[in-house]
Amino acid sequence: MMRLLIALAALLAMPVMAQQGMPPAPYAYTQLDDPALEAEAVELMETLRCLKCQSQSIHDSDAPMAGDMRHQVRSRLLAGESPEQIRAWLTQRYGDYVSYEPQVSSTTWPLFAIPLLLLLVVGLILLRRLGKRRSDEETAV
Amino acid sequence: MRLAYLIPLGLFLFFAGLAGYMLTQPKEQNVPSQMIEQPLPDFTLEPALEGMPGATKADFVGGEPRLLNIWASWCLPCIAEAPHLERLKQEGVEIIGVAVRDRPEAVEDFLSRYGNPYSRIGADDISELMLEIGASGVPETYVIDAAGNIRYQHIGDIREETVPLLLEKLEEAR
Repeated sequence: MMRLLIALAALLAMPVMAQQGMPPAPYAYTQLDDPALEAEAVELMETLRCLKCQSQSIHDSDAPMAGDMRHQVRSRLLAGESPEQIRAWLTQRYGDYVSYEPQVSSTTWPLFAIPLLLLLVVGLILLRRLGKRRSDEETAV
Repeated sequence: MRLAYLIPLGLFLFFAGLAGYMLTQPKEQNVPSQMIEQPLPDFTLEPALEGMPGATKADFVGGEPRLLNIWASWCLPCIAEAPHLERLKQEGVEIIGVAVRDRPEAVEDFLSRYGNPYSRIGADDISELMLEIGASGVPETYVIDAAGNIRYQHIGDIREETVPLLLEKLEEAR
């Protein structure tokens, strides 16, 4: 029985080993030599979604695919692309979903408009209230 | 009490209700590719094992529409879809494989166990082609028309009921 269990466990372990046996992409776990460029890379990687582990950024994730995405980010920065060009390259393939940085678009504009609208309303209410109190005080005197 | 005082309460109830409703809705876990109806990017993948050719974009151009199957020997659902890929091959479909993060000996072992429906297999060691075509997992299968355009994406393993669907999409891509 024990031997069977061990055999089964060995069977299960094989595919995992095979996936992890592959060396990661060159820039998956290697920082860029230029600290300024590496800082740009980190800033971008923190705002890109890992596709295999969707509540993590590719900077946080240890999934092999996140490593491959980090490789793309670093090697493209090294090749002279700007962070926003790289983000655009990814959103062109995966949609806005891959980016944690919301862009103003036909579906997201309320996210940006509503806070401004609320501030405006609050300002108007305050102005009216304060204005009213002042005129009350004036008539009281 | 003035009616205006009820506005914040109304707004609160609206948002609470919306959040409650959205929480009960099933969440779409798949990330669909935005590259459908776009040309396949230029790529060249080395052979994934000895004795079989690798894959380039040129292999998809001309003749009949083909399937691009992204798989890996370490991927368990890929074992489940192997017989259905075999059926598609028997229907006369050319299937070009892309083995993701895989080693030649593991690929060879997988093919000898579960069959080889592929005409060529390219090795995508660092998900380069996957990222180019907007694939987010393994397995995924794409219908590519004879002009080299991506026409359909199937996310996940091919099941018995997926076979007629893919044949239909291949027919549409002619």
